Amino acid sequence: MAETAVAPRLELKGISKRFPGVVANDHVSFAVPAGAIHALLGENGAGKSTLVKIIYGVQGADEGEIVFDGQPVRIGSPREARALGIGMVFQHFSLFEAMTVLENIALGMDEPPPRRELEARVRQVLDTYGLSLDPYRHVHTLSVGERQRIEIVRALLQQPKLLIMDEPTSVLTPQEVEQLFTTLRRLAAEGCSILYISHKLHEIKALCQSATIMRGGKVVATCDPREESAQSMAELMIGGSLKALSDKSGAAKGEARFVVASLSAPGEPPFGTSLKDVSFAVRSGEIFGIAGVAGNGQNELLAVVSGENQRGVSGSIRLDGTELARLSVGARRRAGLASSPEERNGHAAVPAMTLTENAILSARSRMGLASGGVIRAKAARDYAAKVIEAFSVKATGPGAAAGSLSGGNLQKFVMGREIMQNPAVLVVSQPTWGVDAGAASFIRQAMIDLAAKGACVVVVSQDLDELLELCDRLAVINEGQLSEPMAVKGISIERVGLLMGGIHGAGQVGAKADTGTGRAPAEKKHLEPAL
Amino acid sequence: MSLMRLESRRQESRAMMLAAPVIAVAATLLVGAALFTLLGHDGLGAVYEIFVKPLFNPYRWQDLLVKAAPLAMIATGLAIGFRANVWNIGAEGQYILGGLAGTGVALATLDMTGSWILPAMLVCGILGGMAWAAIPALLKTTLGVNEILSSLMLNYVAIQILYYLMRGPWKDPMGFNFPQTAMFTADQTLPMVVPGTLIHLGVPLAAAVALTAFLVLARTVTGFQMKVVGLAPRAAAFGGFGAASTVWIALLAGGGLAGLAGIIEAAGPFGQMVPQFPTGYGYTAIIVAFLGRLNPLGILLAAMVLALTYVGGESAQTTIGLPSAATGVFQSMMLFFLLAADILVRYRLVSGRPATVADTAANPAAKAEPKPKAVTA
Amino acid sequence: MLIGAVTGFAVATTTGLPVLGALGAMAAAALAASIFAFLVLTLMANQVATGLALTIFGTGVSALIGAPFVGITTPTFGPIFPEALTSSPLLRLVFGHSPVVYLGLILTLAVAWFLARSRAGLILRAVGESDTAAHAIGYPVLTVRYLAILFGGAMAGLAGSYYSLVLTPMWAERLTAGRGWIAIALVVFASWKPGRMLAGAYLFGLVITMELQAKAAGFNMFAPEVLAALPYVATIAVLAIISAAKRGGANAPACLGKSFRATA
Repeated sequence: MAETAVAPRLELKGISKRFPGVVANDHVSFAVPAGAIHALLGENGAGKSTLVKIIYGVQGADEGEIVFDGQPVRIGSPREARALGIGMVFQHFSLFEAMTVLENIALGMDEPPPRRELEARVRQVLDTYGLSLDPYRHVHTLSVGERQRIEIVRALLQQPKLLIMDEPTSVLTPQEVEQLFTTLRRLAAEGCSILYISHKLHEIKALCQSATIMRGGKVVATCDPREESAQSMAELMIGGSLKALSDKSGAAKGEARFVVASLSAPGEPPFGTSLKDVSFAVRSGEIFGIAGVAGNGQNELLAVVSGENQRGVSGSIRLDGTELARLSVGARRRAGLASSPEERNGHAAVPAMTLTENAILSARSRMGLASGGVIRAKAARDYAAKVIEAFSVKATGPGAAAGSLSGGNLQKFVMGREIMQNPAVLVVSQPTWGVDAGAASFIRQAMIDLAAKGACVVVVSQDLDELLELCDRLAVINEGQLSEPMAVKGISIERVGLLMGGIHGAGQVGAKADTGTGRAPAEKKHLEPAL
Repeated sequence: MSLMRLESRRQESRAMMLAAPVIAVAATLLVGAALFTLLGHDGLGAVYEIFVKPLFNPYRWQDLLVKAAPLAMIATGLAIGFRANVWNIGAEGQYILGGLAGTGVALATLDMTGSWILPAMLVCGILGGMAWAAIPALLKTTLGVNEILSSLMLNYVAIQILYYLMRGPWKDPMGFNFPQTAMFTADQTLPMVVPGTLIHLGVPLAAAVALTAFLVLARTVTGFQMKVVGLAPRAAAFGGFGAASTVWIALLAGGGLAGLAGIIEAAGPFGQMVPQFPTGYGYTAIIVAFLGRLNPLGILLAAMVLALTYVGGESAQTTIGLPSAATGVFQSMMLFFLLAADILVRYRLVSGRPATVADTAANPAAKAEPKPKAVTA
Repeated sequence: MLIGAVTGFAVATTTGLPVLGALGAMAAAALAASIFAFLVLTLMANQVATGLALTIFGTGVSALIGAPFVGITTPTFGPIFPEALTSSPLLRLVFGHSPVVYLGLILTLAVAWFLARSRAGLILRAVGESDTAAHAIGYPVLTVRYLAILFGGAMAGLAGSYYSLVLTPMWAERLTAGRGWIAIALVVFASWKPGRMLAGAYLFGLVITMELQAKAAGFNMFAPEVLAALPYVATIAVLAIISAAKRGGANAPACLGKSFRATA
């Protein structure tokens, strides 16, 4: 089992990395003992990713020293990192969709054995850790959890002494997270150190023995997460306390205003998920959540509802009784349906264009930024300025390129652009993805305020915590199918997790046990019928 | 390169955008002189003959304007499409078909008179170019056929149509069996706008077209649409701009203006239709469009520069015996250097330690894959 | 191709050795491709525009170099099989070709093997599939792409020299008449699979020879222009059919046409 080495497995001494205008890492130091699971905790932009890239040899540090098993090392490339015994599982998987699992694993190794032998070794690793995966499947046919398993197997085949996991659970169902933790604990017990990067506090409390908290490129604390409260770690992470969201209860009222019925559509080529008979209804003032693991049809749903995809779509989308499903994107907007897709750069906004131009992109008809086919430049500039002001967007002005804004500020602009058009329905995907805590809280409050004015808000998110905080009701999307909606009050996390994992007859299991998150299990009878 | 590295700019540099074409032309002159010296020609002489001498010869100025007119017209049409990443490489064929369509009107009206004939020819020229461009547009929007290949292949087909018509049905019966049409009548040729010169109606028309296109691109929703589609197609769909409508606008604008240029050449300098009608303007106009930064006003300037290579290249053939192919070499070098200089629009050159990599955390713009996009004006 | 054609021709006529001609053609074309590679990979220039610039450049430069060689003939490759093997028409069909024809066949099979079976081929495909992922694992994306472009250039050069040394042992401006573009269409047609490419190439060869054969046979049902336009029309038709069959040219590498700058 774990050898008691004198020197820590990994020690960082004063690592610094500067980029034009930003210090990404400022004299970062900490150590990870052999066999330990060590958390690296921080908000988006705190410098975690940069630090990990330095350890894995993707980037070079400007200053500082890396000591591995007591030896000072220079890691010039991922290959050198692997040679030292450092394995890495990326947040955005480095997988090749059109290739098989085995080919992907071979690509991740420096000297892969012949195919037969590799296959045998892969199967052996899978058996050892109780993971299931077919080596000859093409990656694009796999679920996100299975894809992550490829990365893990790829790393394990090299028998790493240090495994870096970058935000590994952001795309997993609660059950998959549990399975992953079992694997990681077992690896650690065998002596492999794990550097676990996350901003999910309850996971870190459940898994890690020590944690380094980063903020603004610096280490602000090192602690034992089992002894800290989630609250105290959160405050260290964001450097202050966040304003609580205002109470939203009681806003939802009346009949269903926005009704989606039997919506079906083919998946986005080449490897998309098709939508199958999706129905839901949202009342005035209600925030409706759609939970699910990425790649289960969320993007397709948004594209079909917004009107961006009309190919092969069947079913109906009604707003206040008016049928929108046959209308163009522009006509839907004029009718009061606003949307904001998951990807900011290049989808919700054009990075190379100014904020004024980005305002024209989706607000031109409702806000009168163009008339008779001619753009009204001043009106557009004024509207962009109004959004910047009202949503506290940090930018040099309406003339700033969208790409020059930070992720959080651009997201605030995008959300502001839609919300200030005063839509009757707002459909958003991942509204706070990759956004710092302050901006996330601002955006959530803005959605609550919009709902309070009587609009319907539909939030598609992978972040279950966000949906539980924000929504009145939620449904789970899995392989293009939407579950029955459930009231958030009294919901069972386990049941939601099973639905996310594609177990549809989950009602029976749902009542069995609490998952330890402190929320009461929902009763089957409690589920509201679709309006 | 060890002392210099590229650093991503937060915003594209407007200054570099305007400077790049100038740098490209200057570099072409320098490297061109060296290259032709290496090939055993008089390099400096070639540069002087092509790029300098015509500028000091007032007789050549009208040649410049007359050559620049079709280039500017075609390039303006292409630029509209290129902004939206619709790669119409078929301007040569659209130019031929425009010329042929207009010629068809001319041949049908040889015995008639009237001021309506020339406008009818011009309109049919535009329609002919549009029709030829509609083929790749239709194939792209219905079947997803790559427009680069389909529009290019149609150039070769257009040439064969021209040959066929010249050899057979449209051959001038009084033309001593030469494969060419009858000469156009006075009502079928472009009037000269400056008496006593070669400057025909096509020259002011090209300027008017460019000016109109400039206003359309800068001020209208359609112009905005082409720009958004080019920069971020998904954002364009989000903004309610359909992919199919963009392809149609791009190809019809390109085809229509190439067709117009075609009939203007036929009814202007040529005065008839001949097998030598295609002179590569459709390809050269691509260089003009890029050198003009896909901006119609820039295109007017760039068309003059490229016209210079034609006018100067012709005179250099007679004066210093430079092969006619030299023109194409100079033209393509200009595009090479322009594309190379464009890197400085998006990146700045800084001296310092050997290149590391740009940050994604610090600069979210860098996260979006640098688009293979040359210019935005 | 044109640069290859003219270089091959020039070297072969000057040295009298067609083999040197073919090698020179490959080297010159690879050199031209390196301009493209530098612009597109290092300077991240627009690929369509750069490709066009290279086409215009190649046309011009080849005409310049070729000017002194217009109208003369060149030594060509001798047969590689003994005469006995080419005695009957049927045998000639198998053994009666220029060595370049067999080389083309062998090279296609070699590339097919390389892509499907070798580790380097796997890496090449990976880089085409996802440059960011390949970079994250630690593969030299740009180096791989440089090599691929240079190889492509060399092959185009070899093909060009086939035109000027074997098919019509003479040089003329624009000798290849857009065949390089047809080859690109062929790649789309074959869904990036070398085996199908070979079949497609022979199919196109058939269409192109039809023009010559029809002329030779005095077959006058169509105007000669119709036959001359046929390869291009066929190319468009084939593209249309393949695009209709699987929308958007299936099998294309996901990162085709994208420039890459290490940002990860």
